[in-house]
Amino acid sequence: MAFETHRLENSKGSGGNFDDTILPKGAVLQSRYEIIKVLGVGGMGAVYLAQDLRFSGVTRLCAIKEMISTTPDPHVRRLAVQSFMREANLLVQLNHPGIPQIYDFFTESVRSYLVMEYVKGDDLENILENTAGMLKEEVVLDWAVQVCDVLIYLHDQTPPIVFRDLKPSNIMLRDQNKIALIDFGIAKAFESGQKGTMIGTEGYSPPEQYKGVADPRGDIYALGATLHHLLTKRDPRLEPPFTFHEEPPRLLNPALSQEANDVIIKALEYDPEKRYQSARAFKDALVIVLKKEKPHSATPSGTQLLSSSAATTVLPDQNTTPTLSQPQYPPQYPPYPSQQYPAPYPPPQYPPHPYPGYPPMTGSSGELDEELNDSILPIWKFKCEDEIRSSPQADKTKLYIGVYDNNVYALDLKSGQFLWKYPTDGGIATKPTVYKNSLIFGSEDRVVYAISDAGRLIWTCPTEGRIRSSATVEFDHAFFGSDDHKLYAVNAQTGRVIWRFESTGPIRSTPALGDELVYVGSEDGYVYAVDLSSGASRWKFRANRGITSSPVVYGELVIVGSSDWNVYGLDAKSGYSVWRTRTGQAVISSPVVADGTVYIGSADKHLYAIEAKSGKVQWKFNAEAPIVSTPAVTEEAVYFGTAAKDRGELISLSRRDRKLRWKFKTGGPVPSSPLVVDGIVYIGSTDHHVYALPA
Amino acid sequence: MNFLQRLFSQPKLHAVGNDHVEHGEPAKTEDNSLVANPSLNNMTPFNQLGPGLHVGKLSDVGREREQNEDSLFAFEAVVQHDFRQERFGLFIVADGMGGHQKGEVASALAVRISASTILKDLYLPYLINDQNANNRPLNEALIAAVQSANVAIQKLAAGAGTTLTITVVMGSTAYIAHVGDTRVYLFKEDKLKRITQDHSLAEKLQESGQFTEEEAAQVQNVLYKAVGQTDLLDNDIDLHVQQLSPGALLILCSDGLWGLVSEQTFQEILTSAPTPQQACEQLIRVANENGGRDNISVIIISIGIEH
Repeated sequence: MAFETHRLENSKGSGGNFDDTILPKGAVLQSRYEIIKVLGVGGMGAVYLAQDLRFSGVTRLCAIKEMISTTPDPHVRRLAVQSFMREANLLVQLNHPGIPQIYDFFTESVRSYLVMEYVKGDDLENILENTAGMLKEEVVLDWAVQVCDVLIYLHDQTPPIVFRDLKPSNIMLRDQNKIALIDFGIAKAFESGQKGTMIGTEGYSPPEQYKGVADPRGDIYALGATLHHLLTKRDPRLEPPFTFHEEPPRLLNPALSQEANDVIIKALEYDPEKRYQSARAFKDALVIVLKKEKPHSATPSGTQLLSSSAATTVLPDQNTTPTLSQPQYPPQYPPYPSQQYPAPYPPPQYPPHPYPGYPPMTGSSGELDEELNDSILPIWKFKCEDEIRSSPQADKTKLYIGVYDNNVYALDLKSGQFLWKYPTDGGIATKPTVYKNSLIFGSEDRVVYAISDAGRLIWTCPTEGRIRSSATVEFDHAFFGSDDHKLYAVNAQTGRVIWRFESTGPIRSTPALGDELVYVGSEDGYVYAVDLSSGASRWKFRANRGITSSPVVYGELVIVGSSDWNVYGLDAKSGYSVWRTRTGQAVISSPVVADGTVYIGSADKHLYAIEAKSGKVQWKFNAEAPIVSTPAVTEEAVYFGTAAKDRGELISLSRRDRKLRWKFKTGGPVPSSPLVVDGIVYIGSTDHHVYALPA
Repeated sequence: MNFLQRLFSQPKLHAVGNDHVEHGEPAKTEDNSLVANPSLNNMTPFNQLGPGLHVGKLSDVGREREQNEDSLFAFEAVVQHDFRQERFGLFIVADGMGGHQKGEVASALAVRISASTILKDLYLPYLINDQNANNRPLNEALIAAVQSANVAIQKLAAGAGTTLTITVVMGSTAYIAHVGDTRVYLFKEDKLKRITQDHSLAEKLQESGQFTEEEAAQVQNVLYKAVGQTDLLDNDIDLHVQQLSPGALLILCSDGLWGLVSEQTFQEILTSAPTPQQACEQLIRVANENGGRDNISVIIISIGIEH
């Protein structure tokens, strides 16, 4: 046979062949059936509405299904007749309110006719099309229960009859909300293990049907697929096959109950062994769902209360003297090497504005509005002298955080108890980095410090600009940027500068390390890739505005946000832009990648979840306030801070459901990023507090 | 509108063990000048071809079809100055389908239109260092190329469709966009790895976990997505990025090849053929020996050593 490629045509429209052979109104068959009108045109012929003349004077309607074999190929014609005969023979033995009764069967020359009960009503596909909005769960599940009753009847026959072509257009809704299945054209007596030809409407058919397996559990899958379509309006014939699980019903129609969602998903299991094993079991499950009074509406934010067993010590304000043995004096600055040091050293602005486009910070008094936080309570909180703009860091026992009162504080991780603080001459806007037993951080006094975990100074590295970038430490080197436009690589043990790379703007982003390159963004709008060992420039990528966000290396890509509103995915080796995703405002937050998804916040008030390799937005959450904080990600959740004009929140979202888990309000904007350690989230706020919350 | 496209063809031969050529020797060529030195037994001969890209390409009507409805495009350029060498390659294979002989019209259109879009919007600006244009993400340029092909076919060859697989090579990275079941493979360290997923019923049956590769090969070749039939969402176009190390091979091929040549034979030919072009010839010969049930097209790109 010659094969040719063609596109599958909708058989409803192919009535072209039969146009001249459709029986006209008034034609009489067998001197008994008068044709009234055409009900529909199928693949093999028309279906007519007819009056049985034997019952003169009374309306006795019936449906007549016609089969014309016009195919020249006698083999194909024979197959068609067999299929028709099979339907007739099957139906005539059956007796169920949900199955049309057979009254008669006859042949006139090349045409065969099946006379059956006229099922007056509309099919579910039509009903769905003509319904605005979604159908109601109770209504559809009730139909499903009725269909199950028919399936139970069919599957109980000896041998079991598998319908094989269950879909919305084969289910009729009669008056009184009663269901009937029509078009038994391919129903097949199931002979265990026997394989037939693959037929059935794509979209609703289970995988095993393509192996020729006709098993009653296939009808369960098809009913599940039908329900999925009816309750979400997502037509499986228009989507890639076998993608139901990527779009569970509740995701597309949040009004559905979780129970209904789960029943449908189980019926749609690709492995027949995992589905309901019988129509009876399926029906029982549906009935249980229906018995619940009403469908549950989606619960609002999942509030999380502190369990009574958690330590809820809230520490008093800390004005105590530090418990250190060594004296607290400012470190000695080694003499500045270059003569370009600007002579008058301006005092740090108070309050400073580190982020371009950032909402102006009002120095809030720090009073916490307790009544707004009835959903979640902190385990402890610690009050400092000034705003906390930077993110906390932790090692095994201590929490470190830089504060605008020029100090880095060390607190006990579990209790929040103050341990020591280390003073500098400028505000700390960076997150400290832990390296072996030391802590490395930069200050607005232009110096990068390394101190021991007991608060003792190890080394300093002066630069010519304020430090607002955090250090990245690897291979015993610390990399950080400065407002003096340079990226530094220093020996992490001694603080000695190995090399410096100069850009044309302040570097406030934290460098990211690849195999051979360091990547960093600058306020001059460029992302630079610089050789790790030599500091030589390899490539640079220009965005349209400054880059405060810290890049992240993910596979072959470097991902970073820019104040030009975009998140970029750049090829790590060459710097070519592979993808670009636009948000509604500046992106100052840094990306975090987990399981192939990038989480990043934008000043457009949304948290975005973006597919890392393609830049496609998977979902976004409206936090109702600009986000400059970098998210923290655990297996279950994403955490980030928001920064509205005079207040901010720490928000936790569920990664899987994309829904809000809880919100924690603080007294001021939260520009810093949370840190999650052992089930506790730590965050500082401009309301002067550090909080520890249950994750 | 029904997306399913039917390609009437025999079930695929994913022969494991019944492949005629499997146990035979890969053909030796007359020109042995580039055959591996015995002392360099383990190195892919292609490594010795020097820097830049080395390309083999071939398309064949097969043994059963009357027309060749596959189209292909191969373009490769090197700019060398100072100490820098910039490599660029554009490779496209399209496998047409559709009644009334429109298959080859669709695939030819797809290839020409998408090639011209990429050369115009991506390569020429890159060549002259046009900073503004160079900021345009590669993914966007690839999607635009597929979309323009889609529009053109709907307009000029309505009713026809084609697969479309585009690969851009810049430096050492390949950027791939595709719709359909024309595949891209990476061959590295003697192992063949498939990069693209077919947009076919067979692939989805396999993904469902209920079909083995052999069983899926028996199912009629039905695509649920193609270029030229309906409007495509950007999401419908699959994108991949693949780093290429020296000595690696990138292979684009239509189902007429991958459906008829076993993975083992494929690997053997790629390991032993002296040049990419000869590998193409050998592969097509094997496909024909196994029935040649469809048109067969292949492009093989070898990554040379960067200095």
